[in-house]
Amino acid sequence: MNNRKLHKKEWVSALKFTFFSIFIGLLVGAIVLAFSGYNPIQAYSIMLSGIFSKPSYISYVVIYATPLILTGLSVAFSFKTGLFNIGAEGQFIIGSLAAALIGGYLNLPAYIHVPVCILGAILAGGLWGAFSGFLKAKFNVNEVISTIMLNWIAFHLNNFVVTRPSIKREGMNVTQFIADTARIEILPKWKNCEAALAFREAHPIINDLLRTPLNAGIIIAIVTAFLIKYLLDRTSLGYSLRVVGDNVNSAEYNGINVKKNIIISMLICGMLAGAAGGLQVLGRTRNVAELAAMESYGFNGISVALIARNSPIGCIFSGLFFAMLTYGGPKIQSALGAPREIINIVIGTIILFVAVPKLLSILKSKFKRTIINTKISKGDE
Amino acid sequence: MKVSGAELVVEMRGITKKFGSFVANDNISLNVHKGEVHALLGENGAGKTTLMNQLYGLYQPTSGEIYLNGKKVNITDPNVAIAEGIGMVHQHFMLIQPFTVAENIILGNEITNKMGVLDYKKAVNQVKELSKKYGLDVDPDAIISDISVGMQQRVEILKVLYRGAEILIFDEPTAVLTPQEIEEFIEIIKKFTQDGKTVIIITHKLKEILKMADTCTIIRRGVKIGVVDVSKTTEAELAEMMVGRSVTFSVEKEDKVPGKSVLDVKDLCVKDSRNVQIINKLSLNVRKGEILGIAGVDGNGQNELVETILGLRKVESGSICINERNITNKKNWEILQSGIGSIPADRQKHGIVPNFSIPDNLILERYNVGPFSRHGILNRKAIKDNAAVLIDRFDIRASSPEAKVNTLSGGNQQKVIIGREISNNPDLLIASQPTRGLDVGAIEFIHKAIVEQRNNNKAVLLISFELDEILDLSDRIAVMYEGRIVKILNSKETDEKEIGLLMAGGQSK
Repeated sequence: MNNRKLHKKEWVSALKFTFFSIFIGLLVGAIVLAFSGYNPIQAYSIMLSGIFSKPSYISYVVIYATPLILTGLSVAFSFKTGLFNIGAEGQFIIGSLAAALIGGYLNLPAYIHVPVCILGAILAGGLWGAFSGFLKAKFNVNEVISTIMLNWIAFHLNNFVVTRPSIKREGMNVTQFIADTARIEILPKWKNCEAALAFREAHPIINDLLRTPLNAGIIIAIVTAFLIKYLLDRTSLGYSLRVVGDNVNSAEYNGINVKKNIIISMLICGMLAGAAGGLQVLGRTRNVAELAAMESYGFNGISVALIARNSPIGCIFSGLFFAMLTYGGPKIQSALGAPREIINIVIGTIILFVAVPKLLSILKSKFKRTIINTKISKGDE
Repeated sequence: MKVSGAELVVEMRGITKKFGSFVANDNISLNVHKGEVHALLGENGAGKTTLMNQLYGLYQPTSGEIYLNGKKVNITDPNVAIAEGIGMVHQHFMLIQPFTVAENIILGNEITNKMGVLDYKKAVNQVKELSKKYGLDVDPDAIISDISVGMQQRVEILKVLYRGAEILIFDEPTAVLTPQEIEEFIEIIKKFTQDGKTVIIITHKLKEILKMADTCTIIRRGVKIGVVDVSKTTEAELAEMMVGRSVTFSVEKEDKVPGKSVLDVKDLCVKDSRNVQIINKLSLNVRKGEILGIAGVDGNGQNELVETILGLRKVESGSICINERNITNKKNWEILQSGIGSIPADRQKHGIVPNFSIPDNLILERYNVGPFSRHGILNRKAIKDNAAVLIDRFDIRASSPEAKVNTLSGGNQQKVIIGREISNNPDLLIASQPTRGLDVGAIEFIHKAIVEQRNNNKAVLLISFELDEILDLSDRIAVMYEGRIVKILNSKETDEKEIGLLMAGGQSK
């Protein structure tokens, strides 16, 4: 009972700090906007209405959030187990490539095609991640280095595969669209049939929603977040992974197989990022293209994990929040002409403040002390 | 008390400090006179450091008042304390490793010339002057990471003196010092009081209180028990006041005929990380129902021996058997499953999982077996019940049964480790430095637990740098020197002198 209260208290204060950081981030963004000659209130209200004023906007936020929640989970999981997975980017690419190939070049019935695609993406991403774990366990190669390098290998592997004449589409460096049996978009076919069009006309809200590629990915992402929480808190595997994350020396001294744990941890990280890539293909893009630059779903996962303070459930919310900023933010550019980079400043500031909770608690105690001092000196008078 | 006539320098009145619902200090009053050495005695976690942290401004009392030289003060942070002439030397040193001694001392109060540039030469001279005055020999130009722990403590003391402290607080100053360094420390303290400075020492070492303190305030579980004049008290009296019951300093154990051999080490050779032969043809065995103590000066291969038995180091040649099963160069998790429990010498580094709760720490070696997990799913209830039993049986004191282990005092962390290892009921218990840094109450408890293990016909390998501990507990004593066992003695037929000689590489009679 006492303990539950204690936990709750910790949780609440962490949440307060996060909201405070978000507030500071928005404040800094407002100052930058004001200095560049834009009205910050106007800019933020454009952002807000650009996020919430239409069902399709909200739907887009959810669609944006799906891969971010999963890559965020991937990075958070690595942090919880004492590793730093910068490789979510590459694992994402490999996952999406696997899903695109299975979805576009394999004929399977609908009820099995989707699971096979997702499993393929998870497996491919997982092995990509596990390889970094293997390098660390076997040769003591720091996972930060190996995952960064594997990001580029994934990037070029993707481009190599996509540009093969037997795979690419005529005249374009992209894969075939995935088969309809592999799609997870809501009612992709029915949407545009005549009966549906009549129905959509009668129901404008649903009509607006169906205009977006709303898909089942978000449900999978949320369920995954709960599964990861369960895995970490309630299973013996999660226990041993967390021991390694908290004190690798104690783990070793007390007979936990640290090397095996590192590989398993990176495997799971890769599976999560791979799933993100797979769902992105099945639900939204329907193919993968030759990449000119990294798409940053994996890198943004680092931000999502930091804002969530590595809490799996927190990743759901920080993923949605991050999606709001990245979807709603650029709208100030078209409406006001304000540079969209300001949103990056906001995000950067938030992360800076979230990542230095120590600094905040120091500031807070200083602030408190000043209050106490003033109170006391007033009391003395 | 030698300074009973002197004026009161520090007066803490009715100090209460609460952390949530936990009362760390309960209405404690403390009076310290000018020029005295005042000891604060209490068990691990009794609230001594908390009390002093309030005097130094690191914590604010929940209620109560502090007077310095008769004037009421409000010490809101350490800067205020320093301005009031209070200095504190913490148990864990706060020095910047790559900086020189002089740089560390002047840090925060740098000597600069008119241009604001550091005047290092002047700083060095000031440091030299200070160290000469109090006999605190240090080389101002030495780099911190190159000097011994004893020297580092001197730097910490100089730091405090440099800031003009008149009242010096020491938190467990001798915990990290060698016997020789302790003697020197006592001399330094004497110089301070001769100079009119006042010294407060937080400690649980009774012998040192008798050697250097004038007055002693005893705290037990956050409550002040009493103040005694050190010249009129005894070790036993102090111990009783501190623990709340009479303490036996020697361990009672009945004679026992040892049984079959549990651990057999034969001609073991091991190299350390720099590829130097650290264990050299070492042989020993430990039998059921006996405690084999390894005596030796630190650094003669004791830690490496333990790590090798646990499978954390490679065996170059020779063999290790547990219950007649060869475990040489097996993986450490296989070895631990063959019935070994280990109390590591470095409890923070190797023993605990700091951000885990007490219950989660108590299952560290059995998290994946019943009843704590089934089919890979943890059984929270079994984990909690196990903790309730062990917290009670091993007298683990915490603010809550689910507290994180890094919030516990050192002694209670050690009890968590010992509780975990003994409850696993290992055939062989390896106890390295099981009582380092602990107070007499905890030491007595841990000694009893180790002897009980032996009485239950289990084998115990004890490694300790405390000769008293080895002599009290062991049935046989193996003296280790330069990676070898130079002699194995029956503890009843030997004494401190003989062992001391062997430990230093000499020959016994």
